[in-house]
Parts: sequence; C-alpha cells; structure tokens
Amino acid sequence: MSQDSGAGRATGDPGADSPGRPRVVLVDDHAMFRSGVRAEIGAALDIVGEAASVAEAIAVIRHTAPDVVLLDVHLPDGGGPAVIAAVLPELPATKFLALSVSDAAEDVITVIRAGARGYVTKTISGADLTDAIRRVADGDVVFSPRLAGFVLDAFRDGGVPGSPVTVTDPELDQLTPREQEVMRLLARGYSYREIGAELFISVKTVETHASNVLRKLQLSSRHQLTRWAADRRIV
Amino acid sequence: MTTPVSATPTSLEPQPAPRLYRNAHGRVLGGVAGALADHLGVRRGYVRLAFVLLAGSAGLGVLLYGAFWIVLRTRPEDGAEGSARYAAQYLIAAVGVVVLLINLHTLPLGWWFVPSLLACFGGALLWRQASETERERWRRLSSSSLAAGAADRMGWLRIIAGVTLVLSGAVFILARAGISAAGAGLAAVLVTAGGLALITGPWWLKLMRDLSTERRERIRNEERADIAAHLHDSVLQTLALIQRSADQPREVARLARSQERELRTKLYGSGAPNGQFAAALQAAAAEVEDTYAIAVDVVVVGDHPMNARLEALVAASREALVNAAKHAQVTSVSVYAELASDSASVFVRDRGAGFDPARTDPSRQGIRGSIVGRLQRQHGSATIRSSPGQGTEVRLRVELE
Repeated sequence: MSQDSGAGRATGDPGADSPGRPRVVLVDDHAMFRSGVRAEIGAALDIVGEAASVAEAIAVIRHTAPDVVLLDVHLPDGGGPAVIAAVLPELPATKFLALSVSDAAEDVITVIRAGARGYVTKTISGADLTDAIRRVADGDVVFSPRLAGFVLDAFRDGGVPGSPVTVTDPELDQLTPREQEVMRLLARGYSYREIGAELFISVKTVETHASNVLRKLQLSSRHQLTRWAADRRIV
Repeated sequence: MTTPVSATPTSLEPQPAPRLYRNAHGRVLGGVAGALADHLGVRRGYVRLAFVLLAGSAGLGVLLYGAFWIVLRTRPEDGAEGSARYAAQYLIAAVGVVVLLINLHTLPLGWWFVPSLLACFGGALLWRQASETERERWRRLSSSSLAAGAADRMGWLRIIAGVTLVLSGAVFILARAGISAAGAGLAAVLVTAGGLALITGPWWLKLMRDLSTERRERIRNEERADIAAHLHDSVLQTLALIQRSADQPREVARLARSQERELRTKLYGSGAPNGQFAAALQAAAAEVEDTYAIAVDVVVVGDHPMNARLEALVAASREALVNAAKHAQVTSVSVYAELASDSASVFVRDRGAGFDPARTDPSRQGIRGSIVGRLQRQHGSATIRSSPGQGTEVRLRVELE
C-alpha cells in the first residue's frame, strides 16, 4: 500500500472526491505489472491502493472504498471473482474492471458473471486503460471487441449443439436484434460514438444497450452459457 | 493458469489405503498387534496377550494373527524391515504351528487341516512379500515379474518357501481326497486354480497398482518435459533477442507478440491449424503480424470447416491486412469474422490514414482488384469504406450455401 505520487498532483487525502479523477485500487500479483500500470495511468487517475492477493485486496478495498478496482482474474489465493463476491455486497458502489492475460472464455464469462463491469486484456494501451477506467467509474460498461465476440458466440441460437436449453426467462436468455447489432459493431472495433452514427441512435442509447447485454450476461440462467465457456477450451 | 490437459482417468484406480497400518517400529512379529493397539487406543501388551490367549483356544489367535498379517499393509512411510527380526519372527511362527498341532485333535476335519494350514501358510508368506512397501523398487520393475520385491536373498527364500508350501498343501489335499473320479478332477482343478491365485494374486494386485501410478507419473513427466523444452527453446531464445534489440521498440514488440501468440496456442490450444476457418484466419493474421510488425486482434464468432470459398475469404482478408499494414500507418488492426450457417463475413478495420476510394492511385487499384476479384470468383463480395483521416474498413463476404 502506498500513496499516489503521480505527476506532481498530490491528492493525499483519501476522502477527497475530485471529479474527473476516479480513485482506483490495483489488484495484481505481479509487482512489475502494477508499477507499469501505475506509471501509465497514475497521471490521470488517483491510485489509492495496491494489493497482490485476494485477502490483501479485500482489506485494501474496505479501507479505501475506491471508485474502481482494476482486478486481475488470476490471483495466487483464489481469483478475481472471490474478491468481487467478498466486497460487492458491503460496497455496492464499487465498480470492478477485470484485467487478464488470458483469453479463455471461461475466465472472461466467470468474472463478468461475478459482477465485473468490463473486461480488458493486459496488452491494452495506457490511454485506452485510462479511458476504460473512467467509463466504468461513470457507470458504463466496457466491452472489448473480444468480450463482445464471446457474448455473440454465447448467445447464438443453438450456441452449443446438442445441449438442452432450459429457457426459464426468455427475456434474459437472448439478445434483441438491436443488442446483437451493437455487439457486432463493438466486436468490429467501433466506438460508442461510431455505433450511434451507424445505427442512427444516440450514444446514450448505445450505452443502455451495452448495459442491458452485460446484465443478461450476469443474470442469464441458461447453463449453456457456462457450459459454452467451458467447451471453448477444447476447440 | 489452468491447463486444459488432464490425465485420462484409468479404470485401474489405486485401492484406498487401509485405515490400519502394520507398524514397522517396535514390533515383535508382524506389527499386527501394534496396528490394532494403535487403532483401538489400548496398550500393545494387552493386544499381544489377547492373541496368545486366543491361540490357546484351538489356534484361533494364530489364524487371526495370520489373517491380519496378510491383509494389513505396512505404513507407507516405513521402510523395508530389518533382517535382525527374522529369527524372532520365525521362532514365534514355529511356536504358533506347534500350538496348532497340539490342538489338532480338538479341531474338526483333521484330515485336511494340516495340508490346508501348510497351503495357507505358504500363501501368507507370498502375500506378505507383496505387501512390503518398496516403492522405488517397484517403479524400477517396468516388467513386473513374479520375482517382484525379491531383490534380496530373504525375499527369494520367502517366495520359494511360499510356493513350495502352497504346492505341497495342494498335493496333500489331492492325495488324501478319497473321492470319485469326477469329483477328484473338479477338486484338482479347484485346488490348482486356488494355488495359482494364491501364488500369483499378489503379483496381479501389484501390477494393477503399479500400472496406474506409473501411467499418471508418465503423463505428468511428459507434460513437464514438453513445457520445459518449449520454454528452453523458444521463450529464452526470444528473451535473449529482446535484450539484444532493446533499442528497436518495433522489433521488441514484434518478438514479444509472436512469442506470446505461440505460448497462448500452447496453453489454450487456440490457433493451432485444424482445418477450421477460425484457425486459418488466425494463422494468416499471425503471419501479417510477424512480417509487418503490427498487432492484429482477431475475434471470430462461430466456425466452419475450410472449403474453397473460405480459402478465398482468408486470402482476401490477408490481403486487406497487408494493405492496412503497408499504408494505414497504424500499430494495430482489428479483424472480426462471423460465420452463420449460410454465409461468412470478415471485417478488417484500421484507424489509420484512410484514403478516398474514388481517387485511388493505380498501385492500390491492383491490390483492391486482387481482393474484390478473388471473392467475386467465389460468389462473394468486398466493399471498402474509407475517408482520409478516418481510417479504413474492408468488408468481405462469401455465401456458403
């Protein structure tokens, strides 16, 4: 745990809620990666704490109550989902952005279903990461093209051949045509603004669609989703 | 990190370890009394006394002790037994036999009792031999033989004694059996089979146990060797190269990316060529990444076995990627492919320089021709959307029906 010493703008006071500068906790078991992230985003955001394990992360998050937790999916004493499960009930305002080297569908789906509001890979540039953290802090969701691709794949009609789908809530278990279009454009690398222009809708509407898709991803009861994610390993 | 590879479960699961272990330490005979005493939480002396008293009652104690001796295994962490104990053991065993013989007249069916006792005793010796925990020796025995565990003279002696006793017991029984020919034949078969089971049983059991542990070990070792070899060859090599080209950031990025891709393929099994479209497209993207030192992010939804039309689609996608790498002045390009049941589409997008499609110079016209023409021959289409400063998106599509 150390205070942010970023770019000559000492905030120091953990209670100060400066608008536009989300307070961030970094959770990753690689110190080298944490210092790299700190160097890249420390100027634009307030990094108020760091943790290298599930237990540490829970303590630090309770202590600092950050806006956003940047969370590694794989941690030595458990995973990102364990941190979310422990913290989210008591600090419902905390937003989690998952970060991983893995592209395994299982990891991505698991951490999103645990409650993360987005997923980015560790190869993301500093500027894009800063932007993603800001958007998550503002209540948006962050779909990387890969995550959008996973969603489209998972919600395809008959996504897993030969698996019985027990549709308990049809509203949750499929994407609307509009949501599918938004996801397709996200997978193609479009920004929200570009998607709005393409589909003749406002950016706000695009955000709403994305949030709804994330909700479906988290709440969908079709076990197909989890099974699909597990099956993706063995392609 | 999880590895998707798992050892295939064998039908030969090792037997669960018994809760009672014979004690190699501080034992007089086989450690049976010690094991029972430990298990029941009473003093060993009492257990031994109980066995002795029971031995007095028609040899029941001896039989019980023998049975426990055969069934119980020594504690795995205990080594083989010290030979100093053998004398005491055999002395006590002899006393047991004498006690039995004294009690012989009180036993029912005296005529087959002695031979059976001999056979049982021989069997017991053999099974004892098998229950020794000499694991490192077992591992060496890739060709498990009847002589398993007979590395020392004592072991050989025990095996020979066991076989002799079992056989002589069988012969005695057959000789004394004053029964009809058919019955005698049946008895002979039964006795022979019983004798064989007694002699080879331990070997079969051990063989099964050894086989499953060995198979698990082998799979694990192979995986480990495989990963170690890969790390050694490829990753270390790349790290050395990266250090050498530290002053060329583009080259460093290229090296790191291609190494990362290779490791991913190894860990997640994605991108390995398998005759499917997704893998082929990823391979094409990887090639462009390495050749032009740009990052290509590929997202594929759905998949389909390769055919002529998909070959053309992959080739056209590769062409579009090369275009972006050469002209867009970007460090990364994104590719999105979607396969429906009746069609396949690929979108190649960069946020680079862009151009005005209406005013293209002849050199680029040719490349576009190679994309568009190639797809048109396969009932496909290609459209390009671009404007200066806005980047470029190439949309490719073929029908699969």
